Amino acid sequence: MEFDFTPEQYTLRDEARRFLEAQCPPSHVREFIDDETGWSRDLWKRMADLGWMGLAFPEDLGGLGQSFGDVTLLLGELGRAVAPVPFLASLCAGQVVFRHGSVEQQRRWLPSVASGERIATIVIVTPDAAVVNASASGDGWVLKGETGPILDAPAADMFVVAAHDGEGARWFVAEEGVRVTPQLGFDRTRTIGRVAFDGAAAEPLSVGGLEPGSRVAVAAVCAEMVGVAQKILDTTVEYSKVREQFGRPIGSFQAIKHKCAEMLTELEASRSAAFYAGWSVDGDADDAALAVAVAKSYCSEALAHLAGEGVQIHGGIAFTWEHDMHLYLRRIKSDEALFGDAAFHRERIARLAGL
Amino acid sequence: MELAFTAEENAFREEVRAWIKENLPPDFKEPRSFEERLAFSRAWEKKLSASGWAGIAWPKEYGGRGATLMEQIIFHEEMARARAPQIFINFVGINLAGPTIRIHGTEEQRKRYLPPILSMEEIWCQGFSEPNAGSDLANVQTRADLRDDHFVVNGQKIWTSFAHVADWCLLLCRTDQSAAKHKGLSYLLVDMKSPGIDPRPLKQITGEAEFNEVFFTDCVVPRENLLGELGMGWTYANTTLSHERGPAFLAHQIRYRNTLLDLVSAAKTTLHDGVPATEHPAYRQKLAAAYAELEIMRYLGLRMVTSIMRNGRPGTEGSVSKLYWSHMVRRMQELGLGVTGASAMLDGEDAANHGSWQRGYMMSFAQTIAAGSSEIQKNIISERVLGMPRGEVWAPKERV
Repeated sequence: MEFDFTPEQYTLRDEARRFLEAQCPPSHVREFIDDETGWSRDLWKRMADLGWMGLAFPEDLGGLGQSFGDVTLLLGELGRAVAPVPFLASLCAGQVVFRHGSVEQQRRWLPSVASGERIATIVIVTPDAAVVNASASGDGWVLKGETGPILDAPAADMFVVAAHDGEGARWFVAEEGVRVTPQLGFDRTRTIGRVAFDGAAAEPLSVGGLEPGSRVAVAAVCAEMVGVAQKILDTTVEYSKVREQFGRPIGSFQAIKHKCAEMLTELEASRSAAFYAGWSVDGDADDAALAVAVAKSYCSEALAHLAGEGVQIHGGIAFTWEHDMHLYLRRIKSDEALFGDAAFHRERIARLAGL
Repeated sequence: MELAFTAEENAFREEVRAWIKENLPPDFKEPRSFEERLAFSRAWEKKLSASGWAGIAWPKEYGGRGATLMEQIIFHEEMARARAPQIFINFVGINLAGPTIRIHGTEEQRKRYLPPILSMEEIWCQGFSEPNAGSDLANVQTRADLRDDHFVVNGQKIWTSFAHVADWCLLLCRTDQSAAKHKGLSYLLVDMKSPGIDPRPLKQITGEAEFNEVFFTDCVVPRENLLGELGMGWTYANTTLSHERGPAFLAHQIRYRNTLLDLVSAAKTTLHDGVPATEHPAYRQKLAAAYAELEIMRYLGLRMVTSIMRNGRPGTEGSVSKLYWSHMVRRMQELGLGVTGASAMLDGEDAANHGSWQRGYMMSFAQTIAAGSSEIQKNIISERVLGMPRGEVWAPKERV
């Protein structure tokens, strides 16, 4: 086993980066940041044409049959572009169906998710807990309760929900009767909102419990964060080379250089952790639960610090709405809180490691 | 994720394990004092050498084992797992002086110096740092003046580990006073028994004396003891400093994991606010953070090994690894001291676990200072990896 992506995977990453630089420049992202429920359907369609939403699903389910590692690279590039699309949410929801659904359930739901035709989201707040209740009703089940904020709920038309069925937490899929109240996201590039179920019909996925589905979601966020952080560091280093004060580039001052070196250290450590987490959930490794907790706890704190330093090094210019740095900062800080923050995942580590 | 090992490599691992089982005393504990460590390591390292483990990374033609990268990793891992001591008094010889002489020395020098390094009959020290040449190593002022067939050495070295027990010194000195800073340096192989050398043990932060100051006063060194060519010292010094540490990196991680396991045991039995530290909200979070950081050190190591296998050298992860783990160790040792609670006010036999947390905490500062301080690491990372402009040391000339 090699602890790195393959050259082919890096080629995929480079192609994705070029595509997004052309199709999703900051000017495109900014078309959506003042609109709570706005997101780029055009970009989504172009991504669907490339098969991105189905990348890691098997071919017989309408996917391209690639590894989860390929998707983590895509997530990084979409993070880098702060792409205004519900890719992360829909991927996570699809992965839960893939890992918990029966063959019949997979066949029913996944082809449309893999094609991008249907947008799904995952209704959890932390990866270990049900957020609403499920009860038997007639032949099926209904969901009751309200929760949020849920990433890209306003964009979704299929909800994969962590619900308590009276015995424990498990995944349900609800398509109709879900009331979504859009909310203003701290990350303006994506939609977010509260989700309420008042007896909405839902179907339980066949494999009970929230694991391993929820840990795939956590690994996915880490991969995205690494891409955003790489963009912040690249932008910051470039700026430090051209911004002059006292007659020289600020990047020649040790105060700036040392911050950038620390940022790179945080980034490489996070990248290693996110890579390992992605690899471990892909193959359901023995230490997968621990690996995602390690990655999310570290990435959340280290990359939030990195993002703050990116703003600090830019100085006043990054304090303006017109500068893009706040878009990256908002994405990182939002991802930090998504699916459990650093303190939450450290508590998970403590339990898993027998502290 | 583990690295994939072949059947031969697994057999090699068994061989290492069997050897350790046979040779490491079953009740072995790291000696507490420097003197005990010295005595133990002399005997232990001779044993390693006799069984051909000392020169594991050395090429076969120079008497080494010529082990592959994977075999080196396995060897270091097994030693770390068994909590066997790391190479100590022969560290400079095996890892620094040996490779430098092999690469830059003449055939006669290789024949003369390499075998006794490998057999561990001759101990080496490294005469690099000086009071005014630490991070600014090229500022070395110790001078060696060439007079016919010999050099006359005058000056002072500092932080020289093992100088008081060493047989030879790998000395970086100035042989040309008029040349530019980096160009006037040469490497001499100096017999530590020569008249005019005075090593004075330097009591360090832990209270022990592993370091020395070394004073050279009109010390005569034969011209044939010049390593390679005159004026090439800076180039050679970079060979010494860049010596590949990749294979040992994963093993270091295992050694720190041993430390963390000890730390967790201590935390389970030490009360804070009436509960064990492992159940105290603040300490529980810190312990989990230490665990995460340690795991990530392993991932960095796995990445580094992959880079070395693919490209022959570490990638970006290698450039940041020292900065990463040295500060990780600082935090871990600080946590160790913190976990012991009020015992942190004590030292030595009066403190918890014979003062091992006190010693570990103090020693951890070596990691962020030695072998390129964190500040030097950050300069290197920012300039060589991020391509940021080289800067002068800057300070405002006028008060605002």
